[in-house]
Amino acid sequence: MTKRRIHMLAVLGALALILAACGGGTSATTADGVTTTVGGDVTTTLADTSTTMADTSTTMAAGELGVIEIAAGDPIKIASLQAISGDVASLGLDQVRGIEIAIANKGEIAGHSIELAFNEDDLCNSEGGQTGATRIIADPQVVAVIGTSCSGAGVPASNVITSAGRILISGSNTSPVLTSDLAGNESAEHHDGYYRTAHNDAIQGAAAAKFVFEELGLTQVATINDGDPYTQGLTSAFEGPFEELGGTIVLSTAVTADQTDMTTPLTEASAAGAELIFFPIFQPAGDFIPEQAPSIAGLEDVVLMGADGLLSDTYVTLPQSEGMYFSGPTTPTTPAYEDFVTQYEEEYGEPPIQSFHAHAFDAANMVFTAIETIAQMSGDTLVIDLQALRDELGSMTYEGLTGTLSCDEFGDCAAPSINIMQNTEAEADIEAVRGNVLVTYTREDLGL
Amino acid sequence: MAQVTAPSPARPVEVELRPAPPVDLGRAARLGLIGGVAMVLVAATGIVGTFQTRLLIDPILPLGLLFLYLLAFAFGWMAGKPPAALEGFAPARANSRNLVAGALAGALGGLCVGVLAALMSTFDLRGVFVQLSPQLLEILTFGLPLGAAIIAIVAISAVAGAIGAGVHLLPVRLKRSLLPALVWVMMFALFTDLVGQLFAGLSAEFLTDFLFTGRGGALTIVGAITVFIVVFVAYWLLGGRETTLRERIEAMPRGQRTRFSLIAAAVILIILWFVPKVMGPFVSQVLDTAGIYLLMALGLNIVVGYAGMLDLGYVAFFAVGAYTGAILTSPQSPAFTPQLLLIVAIPFVMIAAALAGLMVATPVIRMRGDYLAIVTLGFGEIARILFNSEWLAPIFGGAQGITNIPDLQIGPLQLSTPQDYFYPIFLFVLIAAYVTFALQNSRWGRAWMAMREDESVAEAMGVNVVTAKLSAFVVGAVLASFGGALFGAQIGSVFPHSFDIVVSVTVLVIIIVGGMGSVPGVALGALVLIVLPNLLREFSQYQFLFYGVLLIVMMLTKPEGFIPSKRRAQELHADELSQDAWLDIYGDKPTTDATTTEPPR
Amino acid sequence: MSEAISVPARPIRSASRVTPVTIFLWGLRIAALAVILYGSYQSISSGRLSGAQWRDLLIFGASTGSVFALIALGYTMVYGVLRFINFAHGEVFMVGAMMAFYVANGLAATSLWIASPFVSLLIVFVAAMTTSASLAVLLERIAYRPLRNAPRLIPLITSIGASFTIQYLVSGLVGPSTKDFPRMEPLRGTINVAGSLIPTSRVVVIVVTVIVMIALYLFVERTRTGKSMRAVSEDQETAALMGIDVNRTIVTVFAVGGAMAGVAGALWGLVFPSLNYFSGFLPGIKAFTAAVLGGIGNILGAMLGGVSLGVVESVGPSLVLAGYDIPAFSQLKDVVAYAALVMVLIFRPTGILGERLSRDRT
Repeated sequence: MTKRRIHMLAVLGALALILAACGGGTSATTADGVTTTVGGDVTTTLADTSTTMADTSTTMAAGELGVIEIAAGDPIKIASLQAISGDVASLGLDQVRGIEIAIANKGEIAGHSIELAFNEDDLCNSEGGQTGATRIIADPQVVAVIGTSCSGAGVPASNVITSAGRILISGSNTSPVLTSDLAGNESAEHHDGYYRTAHNDAIQGAAAAKFVFEELGLTQVATINDGDPYTQGLTSAFEGPFEELGGTIVLSTAVTADQTDMTTPLTEASAAGAELIFFPIFQPAGDFIPEQAPSIAGLEDVVLMGADGLLSDTYVTLPQSEGMYFSGPTTPTTPAYEDFVTQYEEEYGEPPIQSFHAHAFDAANMVFTAIETIAQMSGDTLVIDLQALRDELGSMTYEGLTGTLSCDEFGDCAAPSINIMQNTEAEADIEAVRGNVLVTYTREDLGL
Repeated sequence: MAQVTAPSPARPVEVELRPAPPVDLGRAARLGLIGGVAMVLVAATGIVGTFQTRLLIDPILPLGLLFLYLLAFAFGWMAGKPPAALEGFAPARANSRNLVAGALAGALGGLCVGVLAALMSTFDLRGVFVQLSPQLLEILTFGLPLGAAIIAIVAISAVAGAIGAGVHLLPVRLKRSLLPALVWVMMFALFTDLVGQLFAGLSAEFLTDFLFTGRGGALTIVGAITVFIVVFVAYWLLGGRETTLRERIEAMPRGQRTRFSLIAAAVILIILWFVPKVMGPFVSQVLDTAGIYLLMALGLNIVVGYAGMLDLGYVAFFAVGAYTGAILTSPQSPAFTPQLLLIVAIPFVMIAAALAGLMVATPVIRMRGDYLAIVTLGFGEIARILFNSEWLAPIFGGAQGITNIPDLQIGPLQLSTPQDYFYPIFLFVLIAAYVTFALQNSRWGRAWMAMREDESVAEAMGVNVVTAKLSAFVVGAVLASFGGALFGAQIGSVFPHSFDIVVSVTVLVIIIVGGMGSVPGVALGALVLIVLPNLLREFSQYQFLFYGVLLIVMMLTKPEGFIPSKRRAQELHADELSQDAWLDIYGDKPTTDATTTEPPR
Repeated sequence: MSEAISVPARPIRSASRVTPVTIFLWGLRIAALAVILYGSYQSISSGRLSGAQWRDLLIFGASTGSVFALIALGYTMVYGVLRFINFAHGEVFMVGAMMAFYVANGLAATSLWIASPFVSLLIVFVAAMTTSASLAVLLERIAYRPLRNAPRLIPLITSIGASFTIQYLVSGLVGPSTKDFPRMEPLRGTINVAGSLIPTSRVVVIVVTVIVMIALYLFVERTRTGKSMRAVSEDQETAALMGIDVNRTIVTVFAVGGAMAGVAGALWGLVFPSLNYFSGFLPGIKAFTAAVLGGIGNILGAMLGGVSLGVVESVGPSLVLAGYDIPAFSQLKDVVAYAALVMVLIFRPTGILGERLSRDRT
């Protein structure tokens, strides 16, 4: 190819760009929100409300987010964005099942069936959350997304989904960075339109700290996280209260989620004189710490403690997890919950495999109830005003399996209660561990 | 005994040809067993099960079993292929024996699957092989009892193999029309979403309703037959010519070729301009990703294709570009927030990438090819670990990355949707293509190619090898950094998980499969390897498995890629070509399928 | 065309000329040395870790290094004979480890596991060795033999393709979740070695590796097959002229290398009892580093290189990085390993014990 021809190509290309920019309506700046019509329109534009500061989100007037119209006979679409693959698959799968049961039980809303239009994988990391969320909102008919499983995925997902006007409600995100610090300060990654029925880790961290200091009487603690917002949020939430109580954090370090060799951080913990190691991480990294700890000189008697990320059937059956303590959400004991578990077992052939199935069930039902309340008919079409939906979720009180749910201004809806449990025998199953509750802490106990 | 007279240019040699050797049934049997292993693996890794949910033609043709028996077809094709003509033998003609060979290969393959089905129905192997579920058994046996199922499987495989071999018996023109027609039907069936979107964009929804069961549904039988007939007829009418398109283009005189290329380029550009508008956000997103990979592939093309240095850590430069762009533009960058516009930040991105290129290149100046590959791999991993680390989190955001990268702004225009981003990405691809072409015929390009062939000789001829290596890395790094910066702006955030070694390997596969050193080839590679898995959800699970197999198969059969640069093809088939050249002296036309050229005399 | 022109074995540039490149490389040497020394000094003088803990890190490094050494044997032998890096060797190791896992699981369900751990382990080892060796031979036959005479890049790319294929085949067949090796009671706990308590599993790994290495060394140096292997790696054509079946020898090389990787896979289960389809990737790269570190083509070099790398990787972060107060330096362990690779290849590409390859074929 001669140079002249290449020049011409480049010129043509630049021309194409300019023409596109001038001619295309979709590429001009648009300040309005989502405009959707039944059946989906190729010219959907997305509002660019991607800044994180609080003010721009809260000053949006009602109705600015647009509406979703559902024609007679069409289903109401919701989506699921959970961790359904890899070693954390129990966490997401458990919640997907909770959502499916909620849909089956609800049946229909205002004459429209409910469809789980997407079952996306959040990969328990930010990239998965971003990709899954983008894929979901490309369908303009999706009203709400139940997810994510992991707070790390929740950070980008909440941004993407709420910017598109929809609802993101999570059954297992617990990191304070997604809502607030429970002391009235909004967190950096909070977006309007994000809600969750799981507890805020400010509570779980405080509960764990109180347990270690008061019940176990240990004062030298090492914490290990893996850089993810959930794990980091939880170790921070532990360290503050623990030091206030009078304990010492002898080591606060991080590993990577795919790290297999824990000898270095464990050796450091031993050198620092740790009596307990608090490692609220996920599998598979969480497998290696109790496996390798006994071989480290100085850690023969160390106490190991994990959190709800490790409260899964695949972890507690590992021989090395024997004797470990876990913090996690309190399992309900109401008859309604028992019925739910029975239905779960009938449907899926096994008891619940992680701890957040009921939270996901409640999240889905909250959305359904809110839609039912604010949906309006326009002729034969069901009209859902997205801002009204947000307002309803923010103000409603809902009696769910996990307690009375009422959302504060930053999206925390749970009435939190934390259990401290212990795995007292090797190869115990998850039900036994969840049932072996040592202490329960509520918000009042912790003074939050 | 053949009579040989002394050769001379005036009188071609007359040799009595011996009859062609018959199709080797032993080889067919061996191929059948290998095919059987392949079929068993395809079933056991869950490919059949996952694909089975996809209906190609409603209601009869699910993809899973079709894929399985397509393997039998392929191995039958290989078994029934007439062997290449050898010197002194008549060219082989396909006959019924080829069919037998194909059927044999297919049958043996089916037998292996039958054995698998028998094992599955006797033992529960899910403790080891997680995919061997009762559902899979149901699929494989068509719901029949075991004995009947095995007979059915073997029979169908044998038929598939025979059909595969039968392709060789068809006259050329029929073959050229039949196979593309089948491929087009398959593509229509697989890409129903895409086609539906296209028709909707062109306001031709009636076509969707006619051909498919619904938007995003499978092809109807009527629709399948329609597509088949249309494509068959089209290829039949066009298939009368003897020469391929490429040969005809090359045969044109210079001026005409230039005009043809210009017109072709203009047409392509106009089509590409309309594509994002017509095809909607999801397809545009996929095309954006393909465009970014294409940008990287063009950069890696310079490092691997021109300079011959296998860089397996190429993703590091991509990451440097993405993170530099993010740091300079995002208000959420942890360390410092200049919050520049991306346009303004691009020069800094280029500088950062150039520095990274130098940092990687300088230690590897004296290294040999294989060591270079491993060391660059190490650098790629070091980059990923550092970007992910807690230590550098105050600058790079650690495992949480950097979010809130603002949209690309060009003057008053703000690009926010995937459709919008298509144009700047495409512009950068054009720039990269221009750079590639310009360098190919420049002094630098020739220095690189000399260095690629033989470093010591190049040095002896006066090429400054050090500068050549450094410059190749720098140019490759800068192109990758463009891709990274655009990637960050388009997605809106950068996370360290995106910069895995699989990205480097994917880019490598693109240029290998497409054709190293050739821009249309690389574009085709990006299209096939990025667009296809993203559009076909079922394939994306097994994406990397296909990449691996594709790499092996390509290296064994067509290492120059699908649309190779002519020089490259010649280099890689040099042995065959020189053999042909030697034969040509005796006036015989060789029947290999290597690119032929006039042998030097 | 008169007498042949003799081409010098070294590149034309003489070593005594000082170029910007040599200055840069010397600067790099000094900087690296300074960084290491300063960091080490800070770490040790702060007294953060006790002597016993440093010793433990050392032993741990030696045991992981032994596993690397075994894998490195495969790389080094194949490179010596065919002059190319078999990228898929890490996957050969992983497959051996997978087989070890399933056999161990199966045995653990029987009484043999507890009654006779030695026999059980032996069965596990044999199973792993056979599987890995078979896979290696299969690879050679399908993917590498047809490309014997191709330009260097082609078989390298093929091996990358083979690596990916094997990884994702295994992932599809047995699932992507992590597998946990069953425990073996006699191997838990510690042994008293020269007054200090060392975990039994690590001692076993080191001892087994040494035994296997000695066996291999004797095999290569003393037997006829070993001699033909050395001959083929010295000069393939001449070896063929001498009547050695080159193809069979190459197959033997792959098989032996694969068997070594199989042993490594079984040992992996003792040190790191968790395994998934991606577990072969990093050890593969580190093993290649070890092979180069010790001197490629050199079997004793592989052992030395492996153990050295294991120790450097285990002790390095705590020794060098901690001295600079880098937070969460355990995340950077692999950076230390890769940096070691780069340093070795820049400053002593022939390795510690020197290469044992023939001169470049023209």
